[in-house]
Amino acid sequence: MTDEQTTQSNATLPPLEPLIYDLGAPGRKGVNLPDSDVPEARLPEHLVRTGLDLPEVSEMDVVRHFVRLSQFNYSIDTGFYPLGSCTMKYNPKLNEDMARLPGFALAHPLQDTTTVQGALALMYTLQAWLAEISGMAGVSLQPAAGAHGEFAGILMIRAYHIANGEPNRTRIIVPDSAHGTNPATTAMTGLDVVEITSDNNGDVDLDRLREVCDETVAGMMITVPNTLGVFEGHINEIVDIVHGCGGLMYMDGANMNAMLGIAKPGELGFDVMHYNLHKTFSTPHGGGGPGSGPVAANEKLLPFLPGPVATIEEEGDGDIPPLYGLSMPEQSIGRLKAFYGNFGMLVRAFTYIMLHGGPGLKAVTQHAVLNANYIRARLKDSYTMPFERICGHEFVCEGHWTDAEGVHALDVSKRLMDYGFHPPTNYFPLIVPEALLIEPTETESKEACDAFIEAMLTIAKEAKDNPDLLHEAPHKTPVGRVDEVRAAKELVLCCRPIPAVEK
Amino acid sequence: MAWKTPGNAKYAESDEWIIVDGDSAKVGLTDYAQDHLSDVVFVDLPEVGDSVTKGESFGTVESVKAASDVYAPASGEIIAVNEALDDEPELINSDPYGAGWIIEIKLSDAGELDSLMDAAAYAKHCDERE
Repeated sequence: MTDEQTTQSNATLPPLEPLIYDLGAPGRKGVNLPDSDVPEARLPEHLVRTGLDLPEVSEMDVVRHFVRLSQFNYSIDTGFYPLGSCTMKYNPKLNEDMARLPGFALAHPLQDTTTVQGALALMYTLQAWLAEISGMAGVSLQPAAGAHGEFAGILMIRAYHIANGEPNRTRIIVPDSAHGTNPATTAMTGLDVVEITSDNNGDVDLDRLREVCDETVAGMMITVPNTLGVFEGHINEIVDIVHGCGGLMYMDGANMNAMLGIAKPGELGFDVMHYNLHKTFSTPHGGGGPGSGPVAANEKLLPFLPGPVATIEEEGDGDIPPLYGLSMPEQSIGRLKAFYGNFGMLVRAFTYIMLHGGPGLKAVTQHAVLNANYIRARLKDSYTMPFERICGHEFVCEGHWTDAEGVHALDVSKRLMDYGFHPPTNYFPLIVPEALLIEPTETESKEACDAFIEAMLTIAKEAKDNPDLLHEAPHKTPVGRVDEVRAAKELVLCCRPIPAVEK
Repeated sequence: MAWKTPGNAKYAESDEWIIVDGDSAKVGLTDYAQDHLSDVVFVDLPEVGDSVTKGESFGTVESVKAASDVYAPASGEIIAVNEALDDEPELINSDPYGAGWIIEIKLSDAGELDSLMDAAAYAKHCDERE
């Protein structure tokens, strides 16, 4: 078909799914309310709106509309989802059953604590387990997301220095291989970011670190393993250098899936860290939420944890369980969220940890690392690997070739969709050109990893033999290649009335 | 791949150029930088009258790939910003050394320019990173 013919035939196609406003008919309803049997109270005229543009649809119209839309989605329940740095592992359905137990699901956060002892026991136990896994002294479950946990940790570091009479410590060191949220967190707390470069091996440049360490340093934020998927080779030296100048060490625990039962941040010398329960402990997090980012601290920072935290008010005795309660740590940075964190996520993470036990969690990490290294090893002759070394739970490769002019990481990603896979993370980390960050997680079988590898190898060949196949991909999805520049520049945020968009 | 590196500009390691004209100078992103950012969709411009410090960020450029800070190659006071970038941020892609300039500054210390790279050194700096 010529371009002109394509345009003409597209113009006559109905939309993939109409807006809900374009479904139904005037007067159609989903629910018939009974006649009112109480006296009518009139609102003042000036508060009454006449005419309200709402969809007029039946229950079936609504159900079909949203089920059809949901079928355009890609999810971990439909396929392999190697989105690096996001740990899109399968979420066991048992987690959902537990979160729906009435004692958890129907509890109200304002209930008297004596009536929600089960929920408090779960929080107390989860705090203890997360402390054990991290080698830290205590945990607060308050933060509602990873970046929220970072924010808590940096505020705690700041509060510690102020309590010690060192308010002039206002700089936080962040390596360029850190998660993008790390510098953003530092800026949100009002401190200054000092970015330092990585060496040729993907590790922190120690000479550069020594140069920036002085009495104005509050601490350092570091992601372990880093966003290149590699375990920081100089971690002991880094901790010593930063502690040596009086700074504290923050670990971004987003990549804990590579460390469970293998290494404890507390024993590596970190002072404070956060978990991403939604990544490491399998709580669902597609589309941006809900998250859960508990913060764990060593003895030094324990008094500064955000609160309230779950505590034991009266010890148990024999068959009598302890009496659980809530309290504020003595020098707490305060509340970060209404009530007690994203409680439903806590129940799911608790279930996951209980289901696996210690040896099971260690096996999670071993399989996650094995899967990542297996895929990396099988792709290394077809894709450039910026670092020739064993990776953690994820690895980065480059989506470009000198003999495939004009093919970019984005084209590889779009073409993967034709093979039925969710693309990896693109163009991140920024320090690797044409980055594709691949994280298979432990929940994928060897067959699933092999199918993904075959697709990647085929695409590497297609890039050279038939690059247009990649440039025009995806071909088999409900929506083809979108114009990202136009989408970023011409924001259409309002569906009704539909704004005139230039053709 | 060869990127344009005009001989009348000086270059910072962080991929900004500066072209001096009397005691003022225009600053923008290099051809190498725009090529790696790909399509620029938004530029967060500073205000006229703000001062910039060599090596410190004065604005942000967003592309379809990433948001990146832009660093001042020299210190001074901003005497003009390229408002055309509000509507046409893609000028940074199409004409990085011309219509895609970002700010114009009044230099506070012309001596700072000595530590910047000339075109030949910068071209080498680009090649080394490929």
